[in-house]
Amino acid sequence: MSVVTNTTTIGAIDAPSRRNTELALVVFAVVISVFAYANVGLALNGELPSGMLGYGIGLALLGGVAHLVVRKFAPYSDPLLLPLATLLNGLGLALIWRLDQSERFQALDTFVPAASKQLLFSAVGVGLMVIVLVALKDHRLLQRYTYISMVVALFLLILPMFFPAVNGAKIWIKIPGVGTIQPGEFAKIIITVFFAGYLMVKRDALALASRRFMGLYLPRGRDLGPILMVWAFSILILVFETDLGSSLLFFGMFVVMLYVATERTSWIVFGLLMSGAGAVGVATFEPHVQQRVTAWLDPFAGWGKEDASEQMSKSLMAFGSGGTLGTGLGQGNSDLIGFAANSDFILATVGEELGLAGMMAVLLVYGLIVERGVRTALAARDPFGKLLAVGLSGSFAIQVFVVAGGVMGLIPLTGMTMPFLAAGGSSVIANWALIGILIRISDTARRPAPAPAPSTDAEMTQVVRP
Amino acid sequence: MNRPLRRIAIFCGILVLALLVRDNWLQYVRADELNGHEYNRRVQIERYAHERGDIIVDGHPVTGSVRTTGSDFTYKRVWKNGPMWAPVTGYSSQAFGASQLESLEDGVLSGNGDQLFFDRTLSMVSGEKKTGGNVVTTLSGAAQKAAFEGLGSKKGAVAAIDPRTGAVLALASTPSYDPSVFAGDSLKDSEARQKLLQDEDKPMLNRALRETYPPGSTFKVVTAAAALENGLYDDIDAKTDSPLPWTLPQTSVPLKNEGDIPCENASLREALRWSCNTVFGKMSDDLGNEKMIEQSEKFGFNREILTPVRADASIYPEDNRPQNAMAGIGQASNRTTPLQMAMVAAAIANDGKLMRPYMVAERQAPDLDVIDTHQKEQLAQPLTAGNAKKIQQMMETVVNSGTGTNARIDGVTVGGKTGTAQHGLNNSEKPYAWFISYARTASGSPVAVAVVVEDGNANRDDISGGGLAAPIARNVMKAVLDST
Repeated sequence: MSVVTNTTTIGAIDAPSRRNTELALVVFAVVISVFAYANVGLALNGELPSGMLGYGIGLALLGGVAHLVVRKFAPYSDPLLLPLATLLNGLGLALIWRLDQSERFQALDTFVPAASKQLLFSAVGVGLMVIVLVALKDHRLLQRYTYISMVVALFLLILPMFFPAVNGAKIWIKIPGVGTIQPGEFAKIIITVFFAGYLMVKRDALALASRRFMGLYLPRGRDLGPILMVWAFSILILVFETDLGSSLLFFGMFVVMLYVATERTSWIVFGLLMSGAGAVGVATFEPHVQQRVTAWLDPFAGWGKEDASEQMSKSLMAFGSGGTLGTGLGQGNSDLIGFAANSDFILATVGEELGLAGMMAVLLVYGLIVERGVRTALAARDPFGKLLAVGLSGSFAIQVFVVAGGVMGLIPLTGMTMPFLAAGGSSVIANWALIGILIRISDTARRPAPAPAPSTDAEMTQVVRP
Repeated sequence: MNRPLRRIAIFCGILVLALLVRDNWLQYVRADELNGHEYNRRVQIERYAHERGDIIVDGHPVTGSVRTTGSDFTYKRVWKNGPMWAPVTGYSSQAFGASQLESLEDGVLSGNGDQLFFDRTLSMVSGEKKTGGNVVTTLSGAAQKAAFEGLGSKKGAVAAIDPRTGAVLALASTPSYDPSVFAGDSLKDSEARQKLLQDEDKPMLNRALRETYPPGSTFKVVTAAAALENGLYDDIDAKTDSPLPWTLPQTSVPLKNEGDIPCENASLREALRWSCNTVFGKMSDDLGNEKMIEQSEKFGFNREILTPVRADASIYPEDNRPQNAMAGIGQASNRTTPLQMAMVAAAIANDGKLMRPYMVAERQAPDLDVIDTHQKEQLAQPLTAGNAKKIQQMMETVVNSGTGTNARIDGVTVGGKTGTAQHGLNNSEKPYAWFISYARTASGSPVAVAVVVEDGNANRDDISGGGLAAPIARNVMKAVLDST
């Protein structure tokens, strides 16, 4: 990556910052999204949508401002993260606007257009990312807030318990005049900071103090404490907030980080056993989770009887009806899914209207974000940065898997939103912050090491120039 | 820490790969199954996304398609004069499926049928708007109108066919219903249908095809045909062996005639003219149950008739001697649809050849190309041409100087037979008034018709086929004659 020669006469060649690549890709992402927007309008009304200019300018501003801030404050960061997030955000806006045009939704009393709000939330999200990049000069500063992060994350996670359940899950808090907030989305990032800080300190103890048993390194009893606590906490979330997704996410993320910190495969085995036991245990007495499992096993059997089954079958039929190439934006009937069509089930619209081809492209974009995140972890020079980066990208990957796997019937459906695509303020704001932190870590990681002080000896001993 | 990181990278890759594989499974392997799934509303949406083809009578559609509002089913079916045509077309509803021609010819009408595969592919390539094909019927608008208006507010049915080809010319049933009222899928449609289903008069019952009645005296024509065919009698003007009074076999119950009519040893012609129960009852008994069944089945009894719309099987059952004798005058366990009696009249009018009744003349592709045309087909030969001509003479006597004078048309030869079928416990309910007839011109017989009126709004003494049903038959025949 860094092409540093030892010849001081020629001088150190700067590592390419790839900022121009990023700009080109951001422009590309904006253009694709505006095309999608235009496509919806042409398909539905036969004319370019009147809001297209505003939408295009808005998205271009978001991408442009973000790019300029990155250029200024994180010049060596990964050039793919920002364009990929912009692309998903832009596509999401077009899809949400497309679902706003649905006559089925407009006929409902509860209908409120979501696209303009989503653009506003995206702006707030990009704003938060800018604040992260400007204020957080070095990600290692976060290490100081390890235990404060824990307290804040726990507070955010427990908070929704005191608010009424919305559609069977207690993951929202309602602030009068502001709207609803999903604190879990923010807790996801903050708790990663805690895990990274905690594991960095404790990793030697967790990794080395162990006994070997049947080829596995078994941790000592007292070192099991933290993982047991996190496990118990996940189960509590599951039971009290009936939020299967978040529960899976936190526990999965912790196991991934634990494994990276200690390099002990035994944690993975433990993690899988514990999550399996937890899921089976909760599913036996929690009706909300049971419904989801039944709906997953045989979606069509519950048609007309179980809402969960019906929603699942509708989602599957939307995917199936899309086929290989899809119906084209605006020409499908994914709004038949009804409730949560533009949030949890937004991938069904991608599947139906953009087809298998579009779905695979979108999934690969998510995959790319995740892999760029892991790449950042690999490149990071400090253990905290590695853990933080892998934690964030791991949680991103698990979230994508849990949501996409859920709506496609690969695993039981859980109530989580697709990052960037789905309508929902908390989600898009939190994920922009997540991208901001990853950009910050990658900037630190890819920044060329300061050039060694020029040595006069080198000049003197150099006889032949290469 | 980099080794586990690499493994996590692979793990994340596997997660994404699993999603990609699952997506291929859903959107490629299972795409057709999910796309055509019975719960998938898109199937219906696509079905109603374009205009449905029309059912055509005399070159004009009797159906149409209108744009709906407030529904994702864009087009719904409408009918021009729905109550009159419902017994022919059936209904086609977004919420309740379809019946009769609308259901049987759905492939052509909706444009989704195999016959239209090339048209579909072509319009997909050329980007033309998809539409359904048309179904051209054999019906005559004038005859249908005469039948429907003739029945008016009375409960009953009319079936008319062209004896030479089997083409169905009229198929009316009253009280009827307008299929337009529940063609959509709104609550209003559902309520309208519920109201029709709960109506005691069963307006949605197609009486011409799906209701069987005791045929009454009109069945004497079949009995006469059996007697001639089996050689029991040969000369229609020779005396028959018919004592009066005549006691039903194996019983002490005398069979009565309607009034004091000259039935003792009456000839076939006179017996049919006066509608002698004793003569035909004894004739049926002389022939026996087996031969009566045989003759009835040659006319089409004891099996369903597909026109292609299914007509219920008319029945002439195995029975004991007294019942068989009563069946010979149409007053026992034998029952018949109006269409079946029209087929009896048609076979006689067509010199003994019974043509297969049909009501779809041709199917047209959306671009009006003809997909296929009906080829007329002989269903059976219930009686020889000679015997048919004899019965024609007898039936013409009925119209000229017997009980069926109300069916006379100036300048045209008309043959017919009245019937008044008792029904209900001890004949307590109002009888059915029947009339079957045909008209004949120099070029053969263009129309045979059967009319049944369930309950006249008159005293039971006054109800007779000749009074209530014959005028309707006459008007239907006249409508056909005038339009050819």
